[in-house]
Amino acid sequence: MDMPTSAARHLNRVDAINWNRLQDDKDLEVWNRLTGNFWLPEKIPLSNDIPAWNTLTEHEQQLTIRVFTGLTLLDTIQGTVGAPVLIEDALTPHEEAVFTNISFMESVHARSYSSIFSTLCATRDVDDAYRWSEENPFLQKKAELILERYRSEDPLMRKIASVFLESFLFYSGFYLPMYWSSRAKLTNTADLIRLIIRDEAIHGYYIGYKFQRQLAQLPAERQEEIKIYAYELLHELYDNEVKYTEALYDDVGLTEDVKKFLHYNANKALMNLGFEALFPASVTDVSPAILAALSPGSDENHDFFSGSGSSYVIGKTVSTEDEDWAF
Amino acid sequence: MAGLVYFSTKSGNTRRFVEKLGLPASRIPLNRSDPPLQVETPYILVVPTYGDGDPRSAVPAPVIRFLNDEHNRSLIRGVIAGGNTNFGEAFGLAGRVVANKCRVPLLYRFELMGTAEDVHRVLAGVTEFWKRSA
Repeated sequence: MDMPTSAARHLNRVDAINWNRLQDDKDLEVWNRLTGNFWLPEKIPLSNDIPAWNTLTEHEQQLTIRVFTGLTLLDTIQGTVGAPVLIEDALTPHEEAVFTNISFMESVHARSYSSIFSTLCATRDVDDAYRWSEENPFLQKKAELILERYRSEDPLMRKIASVFLESFLFYSGFYLPMYWSSRAKLTNTADLIRLIIRDEAIHGYYIGYKFQRQLAQLPAERQEEIKIYAYELLHELYDNEVKYTEALYDDVGLTEDVKKFLHYNANKALMNLGFEALFPASVTDVSPAILAALSPGSDENHDFFSGSGSSYVIGKTVSTEDEDWAF
Repeated sequence: MAGLVYFSTKSGNTRRFVEKLGLPASRIPLNRSDPPLQVETPYILVVPTYGDGDPRSAVPAPVIRFLNDEHNRSLIRGVIAGGNTNFGEAFGLAGRVVANKCRVPLLYRFELMGTAEDVHRVLAGVTEFWKRSA
């Protein structure tokens, strides 16, 4: 199969999409998953967070609004530039359709932050944060590094940048609502953010999967070049991300733990691309409170091997009433 | 030492994890049309998690078909689950469902294709597990 070049990249004609004839059944699997997860911010009772919001100091409120404007910028980029260029690069009509869903959901995510703002915050403070986001050099550089790749016309480079955005760059921001949630603050806002986090996982998985399928068709030498490029871009984004993190979190003393969260998620972004994790376990040990906020119950029954053996716990999940199981 | 049985879709995360372990392993076929896998020795199942957090759709259908074979089911000793903590409470849910259905322990959960640390811990853990149950 020929690699799509920039000239021949587009599906060269539009045929009516037939979901009953798939070239890649992963497209339907992911479509079902994404549509099944559909949500809107109006479903989350954000106003229940008003009392908790009022317990935050002025500085903590400012930090939270800034973090959310940073996330809004990334969602805006992904909804209006990132996912649309992936539509251009699609090899199957079903893949195009999946990217239209991803594009729209990114716009839902971006819209959600404005729902949080209008529910919890004073307009003046939000306007200040938007101004901050336009002037913050690290946030702007992060946007520029990604947009450069999106403009590159190379389908593989675009997917690498896209996976790094979906699976790595959001997490300096996602940390803060998980932190508040672990302290029983802004818990409804955290519920909304967890929906976003779930969506981004599927986006990163799917874009990474499509990347791997295309990469596998290239000669080994070219594959190696692209892998080196991916790690280089990650390093460049990471160096900037550390500065962005320090600018936001130094004052509240959270920078070191946020950096662990960055390492942990950078590893997952690389794995979504099919590459080995980069950061060793010694620097990915995110505080258990944050992991518990991210994934409730993730600590229980986590590692039978390292336990004494007395923690022999059999799954507690209710039996599946499913005719597929014959026993 | 007994082996591993695993299932992996085209995305190949679970296959990569199992390959990194380097232990004897049999793959449950992806398609109904492939000859079904029959095992003859005790094994640990390595399974990815599917779906949207609903326990009814968490376990991939080919794994259910494999376990519906009573002989296969009688030889399972434990389960290791793949997943992603981004899915919250559903992280590694397939492992919990199989552990519950088959009355065996959920031994470990890893994310995506697993890190070096995961490989290290599972290798040590599996070796110890078989020694203990020998």
